[in-house]
Amino acid sequence: MEIYSGKGVFPGISFGTLYLMQKADVSVDKSAAPDSDFEWEMFEQAKKQADNELSGLFEKTRIGMGEAEAMIIDVQRMILEDGDFNEAVEEYIKRDKKRAACAVESAGSDFYEFFAGLDDPTMKARATDVADVSGRIVGILLGKNDETHLNVPSVIVADDLTPSETLQLDKTLIRAFVIRRGSASSHTAILARSLNIPSIVQANIPLDASLNGKAVVVDGREGKIYIDPDAETTKNMCSLQEKDLAEKQCLDVMRGQPSVTKDGHSIQLFANIGSDGDLEATLAADAEGIGLFRSEFLYLGRDDFPDETVQFEAYRRVAEGMDGRLVTIRTMDIGADKKVDYFNLEPEENPALGYRAIRICFSEPDMFKTQLRAIYRASAYGMIAIMFPMISSLWEVRRCKELAAAARAELVENGVPTGEVLLGIMIETPAAAIISDTLAEEVDFFSIGTNDLTQYTLAIDRQNQRLEPFLDTHHPAVMRLLKTVADNAHAAGIWVGICGELAADESLLRDFMEMGFDELSVSPGYILGMRKKIRDMDLSDDKNGGKQ
Amino acid sequence: MRELKYIINDPMGLHARPAGLLVKAAAGFQSDIQIGTAAKMVNARRIMGVMGLVLKQGQEFIMTFDGADEAEAHAAFEVFLKENL
Repeated sequence: MEIYSGKGVFPGISFGTLYLMQKADVSVDKSAAPDSDFEWEMFEQAKKQADNELSGLFEKTRIGMGEAEAMIIDVQRMILEDGDFNEAVEEYIKRDKKRAACAVESAGSDFYEFFAGLDDPTMKARATDVADVSGRIVGILLGKNDETHLNVPSVIVADDLTPSETLQLDKTLIRAFVIRRGSASSHTAILARSLNIPSIVQANIPLDASLNGKAVVVDGREGKIYIDPDAETTKNMCSLQEKDLAEKQCLDVMRGQPSVTKDGHSIQLFANIGSDGDLEATLAADAEGIGLFRSEFLYLGRDDFPDETVQFEAYRRVAEGMDGRLVTIRTMDIGADKKVDYFNLEPEENPALGYRAIRICFSEPDMFKTQLRAIYRASAYGMIAIMFPMISSLWEVRRCKELAAAARAELVENGVPTGEVLLGIMIETPAAAIISDTLAEEVDFFSIGTNDLTQYTLAIDRQNQRLEPFLDTHHPAVMRLLKTVADNAHAAGIWVGICGELAADESLLRDFMEMGFDELSVSPGYILGMRKKIRDMDLSDDKNGGKQ
Repeated sequence: MRELKYIINDPMGLHARPAGLLVKAAAGFQSDIQIGTAAKMVNARRIMGVMGLVLKQGQEFIMTFDGADEAEAHAAFEVFLKENL
């Protein structure tokens, strides 16, 4: 048995036969063409065939999946006919004497780069479409037949999948997707969600022809792929699959239900997200709001600071998508432990205790103002709250409020629409927890970041495996701080939630309800399960003959 | 030559679907039709160019019509934009 792993983007257990989708090595002839007119003629013919293929695929998709998915193919047909695209190919053929396949590949690559470089996620997706179309034409010109035909229920394994490749597959025979590249918001992940099948991206599986045809079981939640599973694994996966199915049915019923105990205590179940790409998963999980919208994704993987528009678009998309439910945006929470060269952060001995988050924001007022402006602009499109991380002192809170007010005033002065925005802070330092009574007077809400609060309170580096025996996430010190913060919040009449990993700890759910927390923000996948547990709870009954 | 100014209402801006419809509609006229902003104007019959404009909700753009059927094109697009964007 071989085991591989990757990032699970859609949960579930599936058994199937491994189908390896391998791209034939496409090396086009780059030598000069003797007859340009002939090459152009070849291109025109290949284009016609490509259009026929896409036309067939359009119908199949429209009937099999729907109008929205079929639109992707429609756009690809338009790219085929596009004047700019055809002119680019013509130039490569007639002016540069390239052979047809080489010309198409070059033109495709030019447009791919152009769209990939646009700071807009939907336009970036067009880059994939261009690559898909030009790849199709090149394939036809080189006489390659890449049509995939499935005969048995299959687990598709590939380096990456273009939209038309995924749509072309017989969806009744697809049991799971496993790709080496991709991301949670890539086309593959989106399709997996529509098809409701387990999917794993960024998998470390080799694209070895010998794997073709082997029995495989995929665990989409854990991101694991078992090839030629042994008897024990098969047995475990089978029972997991049954449990999963039963749970799914049981949990589906939770959608639309309020998160309230039998004796009437309610709580809000929110989602933690890492980018605007997580919006769909959040809505699918029926989250009542977003308790933590991490904004770091906007700053990572770039050469320079994200401008106001790029940020605004991302915040707005989520605010609109949540349709009136609260979206809590946490301002930039980056430190020397992250790879952001353009921040010019000096290496530190203890980045967890270092120059990070709000401390950087105060030193880089322009950067902070840009983020605040983008958030206030987005607030016109939904319900937004701002949350400031890494707070330890009262003056920090006051400064944040001043800067936020100034950013807002500037927008209002220029007639830019803004909405009401709640201001709150993360309680993740022991200092903030201890003086939370004072801080509660200054803000609209608290959200407790238990990961960092625990590490700072117990003086334990949570990344250090060696310290595991010392790390008690239920440590009484942490529990007392949680209670203190909750009590102080309620005394001041503000709401309090938890957004750290502890929020999803079901063994503490009852304690959190009894402490009176107003909100728990967790990974979307946990929400329905937690709601069920809450609805089955009765806080007035005796727990182990003890408290009441 | 005629000109048309429009502010996009659609929250998704000028995304693939209306871009495709716009390009198809433009192909039905003889006049030269351009679309864009002061910064950049492109041929409305070319989908790559139109999508590359990346126009968002709230943004104002211009369309120009130049040719024998510019009057009809202008009228048709006034309707088209209201209905699709």
